[in-house]
Amino acid sequence: MKINSFRVALSLIAASAAAYSASAQTKLNGAGATFPAPLYQRWIAEFTKADPNIQINYQGVGSGTGITNFTQGIVNFAGSDAAMTDEQIAKVKQGVVLIPATAGSIVLAYNLPGVENLKLSREAYVGIFLGKITKWNDAAIAKANPGVKLPDTAITPCERSDGSGTNFVFTKHLSAISPDFKSQVGEGTTVTWPAGVAGKGNDGVTALVKQTPGAIGYVEYGYAKNNKLTFAQLENKSGAFVAATPESGAATLNTTQFPSEILRAWPSDPENEDAYPIATFTWLLLYKKYDKKEQLDALKKFVTYGLTDGQKFAAELGYIPLPQEVVGKCEAALKSVE
Amino acid sequence: MADTTAETSTGDDFRKRRFRFDLFLVLTWVASVATVVTLVWIVLSILQAAFPAIAASGWSFFVNSVWNPNRNIYGVFPFLNGTAGSAGFALLLALPLGVAIAIFLSEDFLPIAVRQVIRFVVELLAAIPSVVYGLWGIAVIIPIVQSWGGFLTQKLGFLPIFAPPATGNSMLTASLVLALMVLPTITAISRSALVAVPKALREGSYAVGATRWETIFKVLLPTAAPGIVAATILAFGRAMGETMAVAMLIGNSPRLTWSLLSPAGTLAGLLANQFGEASGMQVSALMYAALTLVLLTLLVNIAGELVLRHTQKTIAGIR
Repeated sequence: MKINSFRVALSLIAASAAAYSASAQTKLNGAGATFPAPLYQRWIAEFTKADPNIQINYQGVGSGTGITNFTQGIVNFAGSDAAMTDEQIAKVKQGVVLIPATAGSIVLAYNLPGVENLKLSREAYVGIFLGKITKWNDAAIAKANPGVKLPDTAITPCERSDGSGTNFVFTKHLSAISPDFKSQVGEGTTVTWPAGVAGKGNDGVTALVKQTPGAIGYVEYGYAKNNKLTFAQLENKSGAFVAATPESGAATLNTTQFPSEILRAWPSDPENEDAYPIATFTWLLLYKKYDKKEQLDALKKFVTYGLTDGQKFAAELGYIPLPQEVVGKCEAALKSVE
Repeated sequence: MADTTAETSTGDDFRKRRFRFDLFLVLTWVASVATVVTLVWIVLSILQAAFPAIAASGWSFFVNSVWNPNRNIYGVFPFLNGTAGSAGFALLLALPLGVAIAIFLSEDFLPIAVRQVIRFVVELLAAIPSVVYGLWGIAVIIPIVQSWGGFLTQKLGFLPIFAPPATGNSMLTASLVLALMVLPTITAISRSALVAVPKALREGSYAVGATRWETIFKVLLPTAAPGIVAATILAFGRAMGETMAVAMLIGNSPRLTWSLLSPAGTLAGLLANQFGEASGMQVSALMYAALTLVLLTLLVNIAGELVLRHTQKTIAGIR
């Protein structure tokens, strides 16, 4: 009896071991930027449905943490809204390949009941975030909005309190169009704003804007769309007022010139008349060399899927699909991964 | 009883029991030493990570009022001010209320059963997670502060504590919610201090012809005062360290302000907000800020414990 049950247990263990090795999965772990996380999750869900032998995790922990984990080798790939600086790349001994994976616009959402289609000149939105324009009926705002009755409400600028890629892109744009902003605030993932209140994450800023009459805050286009926030048309370099749409974002991305050695550039101030002024890529960070063949193959397959079939989910989730030309460059870069 | 069992049991049994007792002793020792070691370890590792910032900015870290990671300038004065300000104002609100509840619960105004229920409900406030306080603050307190803030800055804006700009997310909002959060601490400790006042004192007071209110204000409260002070200090420590609810409500501004109606920032909020994306010197400066917060709350809590111990001794002395 005793021997019998022992045998049964043994054969059970053997059977389960065999079952396990038969379904041996390739696991890929990634972490980083929160902004593209919903799109990456969608890619992962669709991709692993087609190929269940590959298991992929992506945690939206923030670009900074993603880069740190990537440098320490804790993850197989990472995501970052601010790409990686040369200094950061130098610290990764396996080498780094940057792949722009998707893109998004940043919109200025406002809470001004009764006022729709607000137009903000460059002078106006820089002034608001510098704390120089404090009332909604300020001449600088009224000038671009003839016929709109602007209230005497105080403006409450709403900002990100945490370090973020959104901060980086927004302050980079403001610094590009205003020397005052560049000298007083500057660009970076965490900046010190001269005025306003701050909340954590896109959702924190969204909550502030929704709740505060007279508020204006910068959030990702997808967030603004999902939360039904009203956002302003912004004046671009050519002087036209443009609303954020996938098309106007794509027009901005098309102006981007990548340097030949690395796919890293920000369209800080596009010149086209139909281009929305604040749009940016977000990057997947891959190592140049992978030790395990099956991980390398799985990763290449996944990224290729994201760059091609995966792009069709972008617009639906509030992102800007990559221009064809960029996809080509990304696929070329992906080939250099070994 | 213990003796008889020891006599009747065999030597083997006795050894077993002895061993079990030793094992228990060792385990409790390990557990208590581990607690102390963990605390020291935490402080030391924070100190180590903070060292580059300590070397770079030294004492000026505490008086410099600019926090700008972008330019590598780190000063925590606005956050120290925000931490002390929000916690201090919260106590100003919670102390009278908490002591009043404590008096009410320690006197026989109501039948014991009802008092027990009230006491339970007040202490239940401590069980609400702080993120829920934060959400409640956003939904309830912010609209109230918004509607009064504009009025206050217009009429009393000349006073520095009501200076514009008034926003819903402000030091006042954070303080109001903090006051509610520390109320159970103040009530519970003050109540036990009041209950611990020896009966003889109360009876003596009545005997010389004092009314109930005279007894409360001239005999009970002064005797329980050290306990109430300890409650206040411990509540202050709790309010200073509170992170989530405050970060959701205070507006997270790194600018120095004296106005209750303007957004401010606290040390705990600063850490929660900026640590995720920080790198290089910013990490070190945040660690320095963390060290400051840990040492401040430790000091406050030690002070509270000392006062509390002293009280227990005096009351024991009267008995």
